[in-house]
Amino acid sequence: MKNNNFEPKIVAFVCNWCTYAGADLTGTSRIKYSSNVEIIRFPCTGRIDFMLLLKAFSNGADGIIVSGCHPNDCHYTSGNLHARRRWIIFRTLLDFIGINIHRITFTWVSAAEGAKWAEVVNQTTNKIKELGPYEL
Amino acid sequence: MDKINKIATELLATGKVQIIIGYAEGSKGRIRPFFARNEKECEKLIFDERCVQNLAVYLYKEETSRRGQQAIVANISTLRGIIRLTTEKQIKEDDLIAIIASDKEQPFEAHTFEDIENYLSNQTFQLNESDKTLLEQLNAMTPSERRTFWQNEMENCIRCYACRQACPLCYCSQCVVEVNQPQWIPATANRTGNTEWHIMRAMHLAGRCVECGQCGKVCPENIPIHLLPIRLAEEMKILYGSTTGISKDENCEMSTYKHEDTENFIG
Repeated sequence: MKNNNFEPKIVAFVCNWCTYAGADLTGTSRIKYSSNVEIIRFPCTGRIDFMLLLKAFSNGADGIIVSGCHPNDCHYTSGNLHARRRWIIFRTLLDFIGINIHRITFTWVSAAEGAKWAEVVNQTTNKIKELGPYEL
Repeated sequence: MDKINKIATELLATGKVQIIIGYAEGSKGRIRPFFARNEKECEKLIFDERCVQNLAVYLYKEETSRRGQQAIVANISTLRGIIRLTTEKQIKEDDLIAIIASDKEQPFEAHTFEDIENYLSNQTFQLNESDKTLLEQLNAMTPSERRTFWQNEMENCIRCYACRQACPLCYCSQCVVEVNQPQWIPATANRTGNTEWHIMRAMHLAGRCVECGQCGKVCPENIPIHLLPIRLAEEMKILYGSTTGISKDENCEMSTYKHEDTENFIG
Protein backbone atom coordinates (compact mmCIF):
# COMPACT_ATOMS: atom_id res chain seq x y z
CA MET A 1 0.00 0.00 0.00
CA LYS A 2 2.83 2.40 -0.70
CA ASN A 3 1.55 5.65 -1.98
CA ASN A 4 3.76 8.64 -2.54
CA ASN A 5 0.95 11.07 -1.83
CA PHE A 6 0.10 9.39 1.44
CA GLU A 7 -0.03 11.91 4.25
CA PRO A 8 -0.17 10.03 7.53
CA LYS A 9 -2.23 11.15 10.47
CA ILE A 10 -0.14 11.13 13.58
CA VAL A 11 -1.51 11.63 17.05
CA ALA A 12 0.86 12.79 19.76
CA PHE A 13 0.02 12.08 23.38
CA VAL A 14 2.17 14.44 25.38
CA CYS A 15 2.48 15.51 28.97
CA ASN A 16 1.62 19.03 29.98
CA TRP A 17 4.82 19.79 31.85
CA CYS A 18 7.62 18.78 29.53
CA THR A 19 6.75 17.80 25.99
CA TYR A 20 3.86 20.20 25.57
CA ALA A 21 6.08 23.04 26.71
CA GLY A 22 8.83 21.62 24.49
CA ALA A 23 6.51 21.69 21.49
CA ASP A 24 5.65 25.26 22.39
CA LEU A 25 9.32 26.08 22.32
CA THR A 26 9.61 24.52 18.87
CA GLY A 27 6.98 26.97 17.71
CA THR A 28 8.39 30.04 19.42
CA SER A 29 11.84 29.15 18.07
CA ARG A 30 10.30 29.17 14.55
CA ILE A 31 11.48 25.65 13.83
CA LYS A 32 9.52 24.12 10.97
CA TYR A 33 8.23 20.60 11.34
CA SER A 34 5.80 18.26 9.72
CA SER A 35 2.16 19.27 10.08
CA ASN A 36 0.85 15.69 10.15
CA VAL A 37 0.86 15.64 13.91
CA GLU A 38 -2.06 16.43 16.17
CA ILE A 39 -1.07 17.06 19.73
CA ILE A 40 -3.22 15.98 22.66
CA ARG A 41 -2.19 17.35 26.03
CA PHE A 42 -2.31 15.21 29.14
CA PRO A 43 -1.56 16.07 32.74
CA CYS A 44 1.16 13.40 32.81
CA THR A 45 2.33 10.40 30.80
CA GLY A 46 1.02 8.32 33.69
CA ARG A 47 -2.46 9.34 32.55
CA ILE A 48 -2.00 7.94 29.05
CA ASP A 49 -4.03 4.76 29.13
CA PHE A 50 -3.31 2.16 26.46
CA MET A 51 -7.01 2.32 25.62
CA LEU A 52 -6.47 5.85 24.33
CA LEU A 53 -3.81 4.57 21.95
CA LEU A 54 -6.17 1.87 20.69
CA LYS A 55 -8.88 4.47 20.31
CA ALA A 56 -6.57 6.70 18.28
CA PHE A 57 -5.79 3.83 15.92
CA SER A 58 -9.44 2.84 15.52
CA ASN A 59 -10.33 6.48 14.80
CA GLY A 60 -7.94 6.70 11.91
CA ALA A 61 -4.49 7.44 13.26
CA ASP A 62 -1.64 5.88 11.27
CA GLY A 63 1.00 6.53 13.86
CA ILE A 64 1.28 7.60 17.46
CA ILE A 65 3.84 9.54 19.44
CA VAL A 66 3.87 9.20 23.20
CA SER A 67 6.13 11.63 24.94
CA GLY A 68 6.71 13.04 28.39
CA CYS A 69 9.30 14.18 30.90
CA HIS A 70 12.65 12.46 31.19
CA PRO A 71 12.98 10.05 34.14
CA ASN A 72 13.34 11.95 37.45
CA ASP A 73 11.85 15.08 35.86
CA CYS A 74 8.22 14.13 36.32
CA HIS A 75 6.07 16.84 37.82
CA TYR A 76 4.35 14.14 39.86
CA THR A 77 7.63 12.39 40.78
CA SER A 78 7.00 9.01 39.20
CA GLY A 79 4.17 9.20 36.64
CA ASN A 80 6.53 8.70 33.72
CA LEU A 81 8.20 5.74 35.40
CA HIS A 82 4.86 4.01 35.89
CA ALA A 83 4.05 4.80 32.26
CA ARG A 84 7.35 3.39 31.07
CA ARG A 85 6.62 0.02 32.66
CA ARG A 86 3.14 0.00 31.10
CA TRP A 87 4.63 0.69 27.67
CA ILE A 88 7.10 -2.17 28.00
CA ILE A 89 4.24 -4.60 28.59
CA PHE A 90 1.97 -2.99 26.00
CA ARG A 91 4.69 -3.29 23.37
CA THR A 92 5.21 -6.95 24.25
CA LEU A 93 1.52 -7.58 23.77
CA LEU A 94 1.26 -5.65 20.50
CA ASP A 95 4.26 -7.51 19.19
CA PHE A 96 2.75 -10.86 20.22
CA ILE A 97 -0.51 -10.00 18.49
CA GLY A 98 1.45 -8.96 15.41
CA ILE A 99 0.81 -5.21 15.33
CA ASN A 100 3.82 -3.29 14.08
CA ILE A 101 5.27 -1.72 17.22
CA HIS A 102 7.17 0.83 15.17
CA ARG A 103 3.91 2.67 14.63
CA ILE A 104 4.14 3.95 18.17
CA THR A 105 7.10 6.18 18.98
CA PHE A 106 7.97 6.48 22.63
CA THR A 107 10.23 9.29 23.59
CA TRP A 108 11.18 11.77 26.30
CA VAL A 109 11.17 15.43 25.29
CA SER A 110 11.85 18.05 27.94
CA ALA A 111 10.60 21.65 27.94
CA ALA A 112 14.02 22.76 26.67
CA GLU A 113 14.19 20.31 23.77
CA GLY A 114 12.25 22.20 21.13
CA ALA A 115 14.60 21.04 18.41
CA LYS A 116 14.30 17.41 19.50
CA TRP A 117 10.52 17.63 19.25
CA ALA A 118 10.70 18.77 15.64
CA GLU A 119 13.12 15.94 14.91
CA VAL A 120 10.89 13.35 16.59
CA VAL A 121 7.84 14.45 14.62
CA ASN A 122 9.70 14.53 11.31
CA GLN A 123 11.28 11.14 11.85
CA THR A 124 7.97 9.58 12.87
CA THR A 125 6.18 11.08 9.87
CA ASN A 126 8.79 9.65 7.50
CA LYS A 127 8.64 6.28 9.17
CA ILE A 128 4.84 6.10 8.96
CA LYS A 129 4.93 7.27 5.34
CA GLU A 130 7.04 4.23 4.60
CA LEU A 131 4.83 1.88 6.59
CA GLY A 132 1.66 3.08 4.88
CA PRO A 133 -1.84 3.47 6.32
CA TYR A 134 -2.73 1.57 9.45
CA GLU A 135 -5.11 -1.35 9.27
CA LEU A 136 -5.96 -3.75 12.04
CA MET B 1 -12.94 -39.84 46.03
CA ASP B 2 -15.02 -40.55 49.10
CA LYS B 3 -12.69 -38.56 51.27
CA ILE B 4 -13.93 -35.28 49.77
CA ASN B 5 -17.52 -36.13 50.64
CA LYS B 6 -16.48 -37.06 54.16
CA ILE B 7 -14.63 -33.79 54.73
CA ALA B 8 -17.46 -31.82 53.19
CA THR B 9 -20.19 -33.56 55.21
CA GLU B 10 -18.28 -33.00 58.40
CA LEU B 11 -17.72 -29.31 57.68
CA LEU B 12 -21.40 -28.76 57.02
CA ALA B 13 -22.58 -30.94 59.92
CA THR B 14 -20.45 -29.15 62.47
CA GLY B 15 -21.70 -25.82 61.15
CA LYS B 16 -18.18 -24.61 60.35
CA VAL B 17 -19.30 -23.68 56.87
CA GLN B 18 -22.65 -23.08 55.24
CA ILE B 19 -21.76 -23.74 51.62
CA ILE B 20 -19.21 -25.88 49.83
CA ILE B 21 -18.12 -24.97 46.31
CA GLY B 22 -16.99 -28.02 44.42
CA TYR B 23 -17.37 -30.20 41.36
CA ALA B 24 -20.11 -32.63 40.43
CA GLU B 25 -20.98 -34.88 37.54
CA GLY B 26 -22.69 -32.90 34.78
CA SER B 27 -24.38 -34.03 31.60
CA LYS B 28 -22.63 -36.03 28.86
CA GLY B 29 -19.67 -36.95 31.02
CA ARG B 30 -18.80 -33.36 31.70
CA ILE B 31 -18.05 -31.77 35.01
CA ARG B 32 -20.04 -28.91 36.44
CA PRO B 33 -19.45 -26.59 39.37
CA PHE B 34 -21.57 -27.63 42.30
CA PHE B 35 -22.66 -25.86 45.46
CA ALA B 36 -23.42 -28.12 48.39
CA ARG B 37 -25.58 -26.54 51.05
CA ASN B 38 -26.54 -29.57 53.13
CA GLU B 39 -25.14 -32.95 54.01
CA LYS B 40 -27.24 -34.75 51.44
CA GLU B 41 -25.89 -32.63 48.61
CA CYS B 42 -22.35 -33.45 49.69
CA GLU B 43 -22.78 -36.94 48.22
CA LYS B 44 -22.62 -35.44 44.75
CA LEU B 45 -19.23 -33.83 45.23
CA ILE B 46 -16.44 -35.47 43.25
CA PHE B 47 -12.88 -34.82 42.26
CA ASP B 48 -10.93 -36.41 39.44
CA GLU B 49 -8.61 -35.40 36.60
CA ARG B 50 -11.47 -33.75 34.71
CA CYS B 51 -11.96 -31.18 37.47
CA VAL B 52 -9.78 -28.42 36.05
CA GLN B 53 -12.13 -25.46 36.30
CA ASN B 54 -10.93 -22.56 38.42
CA LEU B 55 -13.58 -22.33 41.12
CA ALA B 56 -12.09 -19.24 42.75
CA VAL B 57 -14.37 -17.27 40.45
CA TYR B 58 -17.37 -18.13 42.68
CA LEU B 59 -15.83 -17.00 45.95
CA TYR B 60 -16.73 -13.35 45.69
CA LYS B 61 -20.06 -13.81 43.96
CA GLU B 62 -22.98 -12.51 45.99
CA GLU B 63 -24.97 -15.72 45.45
CA THR B 64 -22.44 -17.83 47.31
CA SER B 65 -20.89 -15.40 49.75
CA ARG B 66 -24.21 -14.32 51.24
CA ARG B 67 -24.82 -17.87 52.45
CA GLY B 68 -22.16 -17.50 55.10
CA GLN B 69 -18.86 -19.22 55.66
CA GLN B 70 -17.57 -20.94 52.51
CA ALA B 71 -15.42 -23.95 51.84
CA ILE B 72 -14.01 -24.68 48.41
CA VAL B 73 -12.67 -27.78 46.70
CA ALA B 74 -9.47 -26.41 45.26
CA ASN B 75 -7.05 -27.63 42.65
CA ILE B 76 -3.78 -25.81 42.09
CA SER B 77 -5.16 -23.11 39.80
CA THR B 78 -8.04 -22.43 42.19
CA LEU B 79 -5.55 -22.08 45.04
CA ARG B 80 -3.50 -19.60 43.05
CA GLY B 81 -6.69 -17.72 42.30
CA ILE B 82 -7.52 -17.61 46.00
CA ILE B 83 -4.08 -16.26 46.90
CA ARG B 84 -4.21 -13.63 44.18
CA LEU B 85 -7.71 -12.53 45.19
CA THR B 86 -6.47 -12.13 48.77
CA THR B 87 -3.53 -10.05 47.58
CA GLU B 88 -5.99 -7.82 45.77
CA LYS B 89 -8.21 -7.70 48.86
CA GLN B 90 -11.18 -9.26 47.14
CA ILE B 91 -11.62 -12.00 49.71
CA LYS B 92 -10.81 -11.77 53.38
CA GLU B 93 -7.80 -13.59 54.63
CA ASP B 94 -8.55 -16.84 56.45
CA ASP B 95 -12.22 -16.38 55.70
CA LEU B 96 -12.59 -19.67 53.90
CA ILE B 97 -11.62 -23.27 54.20
CA ALA B 98 -9.90 -24.80 51.21
CA ILE B 99 -10.19 -28.53 50.63
CA ILE B 100 -7.01 -29.06 48.66
CA ALA B 101 -7.51 -31.77 46.08
CA SER B 102 -5.21 -33.31 43.50
CA ASP B 103 -5.07 -36.55 41.54
CA LYS B 104 -1.95 -37.59 43.38
CA GLU B 105 -2.81 -37.39 47.04
CA GLN B 106 -5.72 -37.54 49.43
CA PRO B 107 -7.66 -34.30 49.86
CA PHE B 108 -7.04 -32.34 53.02
CA GLU B 109 -8.28 -29.16 54.65
CA ALA B 110 -6.33 -25.93 54.70
CA HIS B 111 -7.66 -23.48 57.25
CA THR B 112 -5.13 -20.69 56.93
CA PHE B 113 -3.49 -19.05 53.99
CA GLU B 114 -0.13 -20.14 55.28
CA ASP B 115 -1.21 -23.73 54.73
CA ILE B 116 -2.09 -22.88 51.13
CA GLU B 117 1.16 -21.02 50.58
CA ASN B 118 3.13 -23.92 52.02
CA TYR B 119 1.33 -26.35 49.77
CA LEU B 120 1.92 -24.18 46.69
CA SER B 121 5.59 -23.67 47.48
CA ASN B 122 6.10 -27.41 46.94
CA GLN B 123 4.36 -27.45 43.56
CA THR B 124 5.71 -26.86 40.10
CA PHE B 125 3.67 -24.84 37.67
CA GLN B 126 3.81 -25.81 34.06
CA LEU B 127 1.80 -25.11 30.99
CA ASN B 128 0.27 -28.14 29.37
CA GLU B 129 2.08 -29.54 26.36
CA SER B 130 -0.19 -28.19 23.61
CA ASP B 131 -0.13 -24.65 25.01
CA LYS B 132 3.62 -24.80 25.39
CA THR B 133 4.09 -25.89 21.78
CA LEU B 134 1.72 -23.27 20.42
CA LEU B 135 3.36 -20.52 22.48
CA GLU B 136 6.77 -21.57 21.23
CA GLN B 137 5.53 -21.65 17.66
CA LEU B 138 4.04 -18.18 17.99
CA ASN B 139 7.17 -16.78 19.58
CA ALA B 140 9.22 -18.15 16.69
CA MET B 141 7.01 -16.55 14.03
CA THR B 142 7.65 -13.17 12.44
CA PRO B 143 5.30 -10.36 13.53
CA SER B 144 3.41 -10.48 10.23
CA GLU B 145 2.87 -14.25 10.56
CA ARG B 146 1.62 -13.75 14.08
CA ARG B 147 -0.66 -11.03 12.79
CA THR B 148 -2.18 -13.37 10.22
CA PHE B 149 -2.60 -16.05 12.87
CA TRP B 150 -4.36 -13.78 15.34
CA GLN B 151 -6.45 -12.04 12.69
CA ASN B 152 -7.86 -15.39 11.60
CA GLU B 153 -8.55 -16.32 15.20
CA MET B 154 -10.07 -12.98 16.16
CA GLU B 155 -12.41 -13.18 13.22
CA ASN B 156 -14.20 -16.04 15.01
CA CYS B 157 -14.73 -14.33 18.34
CA ILE B 158 -18.45 -13.91 19.00
CA ARG B 159 -17.91 -11.62 22.00
CA CYS B 160 -19.80 -13.86 24.41
CA TYR B 161 -17.39 -12.72 27.15
CA ALA B 162 -17.15 -16.25 28.50
CA CYS B 163 -13.42 -15.57 28.89
CA ARG B 164 -14.21 -12.72 31.22
CA GLN B 165 -16.82 -14.63 33.21
CA ALA B 166 -14.57 -17.62 33.72
CA CYS B 167 -11.60 -15.60 34.92
CA PRO B 168 -11.28 -15.36 38.70
CA LEU B 169 -9.49 -12.03 38.34
CA CYS B 170 -12.07 -10.31 36.13
CA TYR B 171 -14.17 -9.11 39.01
CA CYS B 172 -14.99 -5.48 38.12
CA SER B 173 -18.63 -4.84 38.82
CA GLN B 174 -18.82 -2.87 35.60
CA CYS B 175 -16.60 -3.85 32.72
CA VAL B 176 -15.29 -1.29 30.23
CA VAL B 177 -17.05 -3.09 27.38
CA GLU B 178 -20.38 -2.48 29.06
CA VAL B 179 -19.83 1.25 29.20
CA ASN B 180 -21.13 3.14 26.20
CA GLN B 181 -20.30 6.70 27.15
CA PRO B 182 -17.59 6.73 26.01
CA GLN B 183 -17.77 3.59 23.92
CA TRP B 184 -14.19 2.40 24.22
CA ILE B 185 -14.61 -0.76 22.23
CA PRO B 186 -17.33 -1.38 19.64
CA ALA B 187 -19.92 -3.77 21.04
CA THR B 188 -20.50 -5.64 17.80
CA ALA B 189 -18.35 -8.63 16.96
CA ASN B 190 -15.94 -7.54 14.25
CA ARG B 191 -12.26 -8.24 13.85
CA THR B 192 -11.01 -4.84 14.95
CA GLY B 193 -13.25 -4.64 17.99
CA ASN B 194 -12.52 -8.25 18.95
CA THR B 195 -8.79 -7.66 18.77
CA GLU B 196 -9.15 -4.53 20.87
CA TRP B 197 -11.19 -6.42 23.43
CA HIS B 198 -8.58 -9.15 23.76
CA ILE B 199 -5.74 -6.63 23.94
CA MET B 200 -7.61 -4.87 26.70
CA ARG B 201 -8.31 -8.06 28.61
CA ALA B 202 -4.70 -9.14 28.44
CA MET B 203 -3.44 -5.73 29.53
CA HIS B 204 -5.79 -5.68 32.50
CA LEU B 205 -4.53 -9.11 33.50
CA ALA B 206 -0.86 -8.26 33.09
CA GLY B 207 0.98 -9.06 36.30
CA ARG B 208 -2.18 -10.57 37.78
CA CYS B 209 -2.94 -13.64 35.64
CA VAL B 210 -2.60 -16.89 37.59
CA GLU B 211 -2.14 -18.84 34.35
CA CYS B 212 -5.04 -21.24 34.86
CA GLY B 213 -5.89 -20.97 31.15
CA GLN B 214 -9.58 -20.98 32.00
CA CYS B 215 -10.40 -18.22 29.48
CA GLY B 216 -9.12 -20.37 26.63
CA LYS B 217 -10.83 -23.51 27.89
CA VAL B 218 -14.26 -21.91 28.00
CA CYS B 219 -13.99 -20.21 24.60
CA PRO B 220 -16.79 -21.63 22.41
CA GLU B 221 -14.73 -20.81 19.30
CA ASN B 222 -11.58 -22.42 20.69
CA ILE B 223 -9.50 -19.29 20.27
CA PRO B 224 -6.30 -19.70 22.27
CA ILE B 225 -6.86 -16.36 24.02
CA HIS B 226 -5.33 -17.61 27.25
CA LEU B 227 -1.97 -17.34 25.52
CA LEU B 228 -2.18 -13.53 25.56
CA PRO B 229 -2.11 -13.07 29.34
CA ILE B 230 0.18 -16.08 29.66
CA ARG B 231 2.67 -14.53 27.23
CA LEU B 232 2.65 -11.34 29.31
CA ALA B 233 3.10 -13.33 32.51
CA GLU B 234 6.08 -15.06 30.89
CA GLU B 235 7.60 -11.71 29.91
CA MET B 236 7.06 -10.27 33.38
CA LYS B 237 8.70 -13.29 34.93
CA ILE B 238 11.76 -12.61 32.78
CA LEU B 239 11.79 -8.84 33.31
CA TYR B 240 10.79 -8.52 36.94
CA GLY B 241 11.00 -12.05 38.31
CA SER B 242 7.41 -11.70 39.41
CA THR B 243 5.14 -14.51 40.48
CA THR B 244 1.37 -14.42 40.77
CA GLY B 245 -0.86 -16.29 43.16
CA ILE B 246 1.88 -18.07 45.05
CA SER B 247 2.40 -15.80 48.02
CA LYS B 248 -0.05 -13.25 49.33
CA ASP B 249 2.71 -10.70 49.90
CA GLU B 250 3.56 -10.34 46.21
CA ASN B 251 2.67 -6.99 44.64
CA CYS B 252 1.27 -6.14 41.26
CA GLU B 253 4.16 -5.41 38.95
CA MET B 254 2.02 -3.08 36.87
CA SER B 255 1.36 -0.72 39.76
CA THR B 256 4.97 -0.21 40.58
CA TYR B 257 8.21 0.66 38.79
CA LYS B 258 11.95 0.42 39.08
CA HIS B 259 14.43 3.09 38.14
CA GLU B 260 16.41 0.56 36.15
CA ASP B 261 13.47 -0.56 33.95
CA THR B 262 14.56 -1.01 30.35
CA GLU B 263 14.53 2.08 28.21
CA ASN B 264 15.99 0.78 24.99
CA PHE B 265 12.81 1.49 23.02
CA ILE B 266 12.43 5.09 24.17
CA GLY B 267 14.05 7.61 21.86
